[in-house]
Amino acid sequence: MKKLLILGAGTAGTMMLNKLESTLDQTEWNITIVDQYETHYYQPGFLFIPFGIYNKRDVIKPKRDFFPPGAEVIFSKIDLIEAERNQVKLEGGKVLPYDILIIATGSKINPAETEGLKEAGWHKNIFDFYTVEGATALQQFLKYWEGGKLVLNIVEMPIKCPVAPLEFVFLADWWFTEQGIRDKVDIEFVTPLPGAFTKPKASRVFGDFLNKKNISLTPDFNTARVDWEHKQLVSWEESTIDYDLLISIPTNMGDELIERSGLGDELNFIPTDKATLQSEAHENIFVLGDATNLPSSKAGSVAHFQADILLDNLLSFIDGRPLRGKFDGHANCYIESGFGKGILIDFNYDTEPLPGKFPLPGIGPFSLLEETRMNHYGKMMFRWMYWNLLLKGAELPIESHMLMAGKRT
Amino acid sequence: MTTKELAGASVEVDGEGYLVDHKVWNPEIAAAIAKEEGIDPLTDRHLEVIKFMRKEFDEKGSAPSIRRLNKLNIVPTKELYALFPGGPAKKAAKIGGLGKPQGCI
Repeated sequence: MKKLLILGAGTAGTMMLNKLESTLDQTEWNITIVDQYETHYYQPGFLFIPFGIYNKRDVIKPKRDFFPPGAEVIFSKIDLIEAERNQVKLEGGKVLPYDILIIATGSKINPAETEGLKEAGWHKNIFDFYTVEGATALQQFLKYWEGGKLVLNIVEMPIKCPVAPLEFVFLADWWFTEQGIRDKVDIEFVTPLPGAFTKPKASRVFGDFLNKKNISLTPDFNTARVDWEHKQLVSWEESTIDYDLLISIPTNMGDELIERSGLGDELNFIPTDKATLQSEAHENIFVLGDATNLPSSKAGSVAHFQADILLDNLLSFIDGRPLRGKFDGHANCYIESGFGKGILIDFNYDTEPLPGKFPLPGIGPFSLLEETRMNHYGKMMFRWMYWNLLLKGAELPIESHMLMAGKRT
Repeated sequence: MTTKELAGASVEVDGEGYLVDHKVWNPEIAAAIAKEEGIDPLTDRHLEVIKFMRKEFDEKGSAPSIRRLNKLNIVPTKELYALFPGGPAKKAAKIGGLGKPQGCI
């Protein structure tokens, strides 16, 4: 029997396991997945927790519910990937040899990378919303907050779900309006990017939304440290921004396992071929989802599009053929914009988000780069799709490669 | 793409003033670009950082990030911002004759 090993049973790893179990010949291949945690988090739902739209129970389910019957699952911490020896060492010393390794260990926030961030102010008047703990602590704080200056800060790029910080301030504007205290809250969006978003057209559209919602934008701010005593963000060039409430998107990094194993870059992301998803250093290691160093968005929709490409390439690799599947950087994001509306963007490595209709050209029902009620329903419906279709590796009615049909240039 | 006179040489630059071919670079061209970017004079310390970035670019096909320069003890982040005020990643790449750093999408 040959062995295929998947490290990480998050969104990417679970999807891949489901696709492989129904594709590979079970008499030839033994598939094993390893993860240290038994709980699956619906991470797109974290955004809604601070505003009481979702609670913790809405975003968690046991990982086991999403594994195919008979899948070999090991819940354990991983000590080391020994790529030169084609094996993985688990905590406690158990060794798992492999013929093919898929690394899907994701990315996570690392607030300790920024001086002063994870100190006395942490989860007192400084919060993250990229963890369930941060999001629930913030919900509790906001319930009793009477207003002041809210600063949202992205410490450095890249981050998981690059639209989430925008969604947070859009929702905050709506929520404080609902609470009747919008006039007592100043909202400032502080980013290292030159504008509201990474790409010019979308950046302009989102910049207009910020303006319309009376949210101030401070671009090109490179956070060096947080002075929690004086409640100030301080940049590398010593400019400062005062806050009463700081919502921080800390530095995102890959798992420490990657660093221990000598497989990552300076952020513990794994150098990966941006088209084939094969690791640059080892031909029998493939990388999926947030764990890669790809210049694509770190998001579930991206992992989903990658998974289709990776499946093709794994089958070619097993047959000893060239890898023909080419990932194009496709991402598709529903952006909650508050007051029951949403914006949708669809883009890839080469094509920035453009206006138009999606997924049916000229028809929709969703509108690209425009704020509509239908886009909001798309966002809310996505949770059902995620639990019931996406994780189980089912086909979704969206192509893996981005299509130009329906887009206006 | 346009042709531009820099330090007595005629070189191709893109719409934002980045050299099209990093091989035509030399320290005199660097000093000329630096002057346009408000960095004058270009010191040995600037050149030390730039030369390391060029070496990595040749080996790996992309320039090192600010975080990598710090981690490898080439230059601490704080000093890098002092050397190239207002966006060290872009400015150092431009002065070093490398293309504009690719952001993420």
